[in-house]
Amino acid sequence: MPIYLDYNATAPMRPEVRDLVIRVMEGVGNGSSVHAYGRAARKYIEDARAQVADLCVATPEQVTFTSGATESINTVLHHFRGKRILVSSIEHPAVLQSAPDSEQIPVTTNGVIDLNALEALLKAEPTALVCVMLVNSETGVIQPVAEAAQLAHDHGALLFVDAVQAAGRINISLNKLGADYMALSAHKMAGPQGVGALITKSGLETPRFMLGGGQEKNCRAGTHNTAGIAGMGLAAQIAKDSITHYDETITKMRDDMEEKIRALTNGIKIYGDHMPRVGNTSNIGLHGVPAQTQMMALDLDGIAVSSGSACSSGSFKPSHVLTAMGADESEAKSALRISMGWNTTQHDIDTFLNSYTKIIKRTQA
Amino acid sequence: MNSLGINKDPKDTRVVVAMSGGVDSSVTAALLHEQGYDVVGVTLQLYDYGKAVERKGACCAGQDIYDAKRVAEEKGFPHYVLNYEDNFRESVMDDFADSYMKGETPIPCVRCNQTVKFRDLFKVAQDLGADCMATGHYIKRVINEQTGQAELHRAVDGGKDQSYFLFATTQDQLNFLRFPLGAWTKDVTREHAQRLGLLVCDKPDSQDICFVPNGDYASVVKKIRPEAEKHGTIVDMNGAVMGAHQGVIHYTIGQRRGLGIGGGHNDDNSPFYVVKVDPIANQVIVGPKEALARDIITINQCNWLIEIPHDGLDVMVKLRSVSKPSPARLHNNADGTAQIHLQNPQYGIAPGQAGVCYGVDDMDDRVLGGGWIIESQNSSMPIAA
Repeated sequence: MPIYLDYNATAPMRPEVRDLVIRVMEGVGNGSSVHAYGRAARKYIEDARAQVADLCVATPEQVTFTSGATESINTVLHHFRGKRILVSSIEHPAVLQSAPDSEQIPVTTNGVIDLNALEALLKAEPTALVCVMLVNSETGVIQPVAEAAQLAHDHGALLFVDAVQAAGRINISLNKLGADYMALSAHKMAGPQGVGALITKSGLETPRFMLGGGQEKNCRAGTHNTAGIAGMGLAAQIAKDSITHYDETITKMRDDMEEKIRALTNGIKIYGDHMPRVGNTSNIGLHGVPAQTQMMALDLDGIAVSSGSACSSGSFKPSHVLTAMGADESEAKSALRISMGWNTTQHDIDTFLNSYTKIIKRTQA
Repeated sequence: MNSLGINKDPKDTRVVVAMSGGVDSSVTAALLHEQGYDVVGVTLQLYDYGKAVERKGACCAGQDIYDAKRVAEEKGFPHYVLNYEDNFRESVMDDFADSYMKGETPIPCVRCNQTVKFRDLFKVAQDLGADCMATGHYIKRVINEQTGQAELHRAVDGGKDQSYFLFATTQDQLNFLRFPLGAWTKDVTREHAQRLGLLVCDKPDSQDICFVPNGDYASVVKKIRPEAEKHGTIVDMNGAVMGAHQGVIHYTIGQRRGLGIGGGHNDDNSPFYVVKVDPIANQVIVGPKEALARDIITINQCNWLIEIPHDGLDVMVKLRSVSKPSPARLHNNADGTAQIHLQNPQYGIAPGQAGVCYGVDDMDDRVLGGGWIIESQNSSMPIAA
């Protein structure tokens, strides 16, 4: 089996989660039905709601289940169509594409949003919504969301946070962040794909996007993905319990790997390394070697990593995040993202390092 | 020695296959995979397909990329799509437009083979530790038993032979390249596509230049170089104005149709032909067929796969992809240009096309190399029109 170092794309499901998902799938029941089967399904859903709420220090009634973070994001941004929206320039495409008329908040070369620029933008014109992700998927850099929320609120705007890449890696508290809306995804925290959640600040109405039946208190129509939701609940609980593992084991493994990579050659640039980052992500530029070549070579050696963002054809595109951080085109095209997670071992990293060293030798010969 | 001429077990031989999504390259990849090679399929994304077909919101990748991926998935070998839009625009499309702007008739497929495929992809293949790179071109790579050298030979299927488009292949490139289909006719390739159960087995052959979907090259040129449509005059060989043109890019040497000047140049009503395109004066010059006759051709940026003797070499030469080879004497110059002296004059020789040389007699299948046509003269006329 190839070694998997692409947790920021999707994380392997935890066995406990997989077992629960299968167990739920073995049964029958629509969470909206009033009979015994319906009640059984509903229990899975409501247990999961409590677990997801607990992950971000919210209450269950603040949690709305969706088909994934992309839907959560679309739900919020669609609600603000026609109003002034500010988004950070390093947001996920789901945000950038859902708010096509938004204005962008620049980031510094370290990959952190420029709060002064945000303040200036907020002062310039009335704003309805500010979107800042908590952790950038490509660099792992933690964004000053609480400060951004404070600024937004001072200027009468609400704050939406995409916390997808933060879940299970750092502590998340909706209130401490001061966020009004938050998007979460199950599969990035070792849950199943195709399920996510939108968390809304207490007292604020959850926007409606999917119309139809009256599920999720009339806020999100469509039969519940019971198995997925149950899996997300358990994944959220385990994610919260594993944060110390991230802090200690994974961060150490990552830092140690970066140190070894720096020692290999001079042409190394690690994006966001001066900033607080989540412990699992490393974005490494290798000067003069296209990321697509690096990625293919690693893949052929049985190591799965990522570079930039791939469109549906699988064609490589340079990362808009690195470009926003001031990387020139050739730099943006030579960066590789290594992202680890709960099942990563030192052996995986050593194997990666071996293969990476081979690439350096072959291309710089 | 394995079937690719490499002294390794097929499973230890890594071969990068350039896959276009068509039948030929799909068969090449699937066949080598069947023979147990460590096949790595690569498809190049050369231009934004969605933009080329002018469909808003269409995916940047066309059906061909999807097809190539499906063939690889079906067979179970790795496949990658490389985004070469920038390389392709710089090396091929800009050159294509500029060439038309200069009054030439370019062959972008040769530029693509020469740059994007055999320079850029080639480097990737080497960086991936490949032992060789294979394509689905109809051309043969033959090892000369006496010299041990790889030679380039015409494909067995004369109708499919792509040697004209591959004249710029250097010896270094040739040493690394393999063309498994060169010994087959297209029918055999299709039979194998059937046998291998390839999804693309009934896909029609591509006809056009890939980034000119419906053959309307002029609109592509205009998109790249908006200034291309500068109207001017059509004149005869004495400079008398015969009509107006909508930009020199619409004309190619030897063209007869679509001149819009009506009538002929003599009492027999013999038609006018484009004999010269002059972008500087912004004029299209027309004349009788005889004025197109040329027997001395100058080519530049030559690539030779053999030593050309100082006193020249008898060759067979092709000056268009569709014309038959004709006998000539080749004289090489030190500055990378060469002169081709045709035994019999030819008509409609256009700058921007290639002059590709083959051997004579029993060597007439061998590609010796060639260059780009930059000018042509008629030895019986003191000054070419």
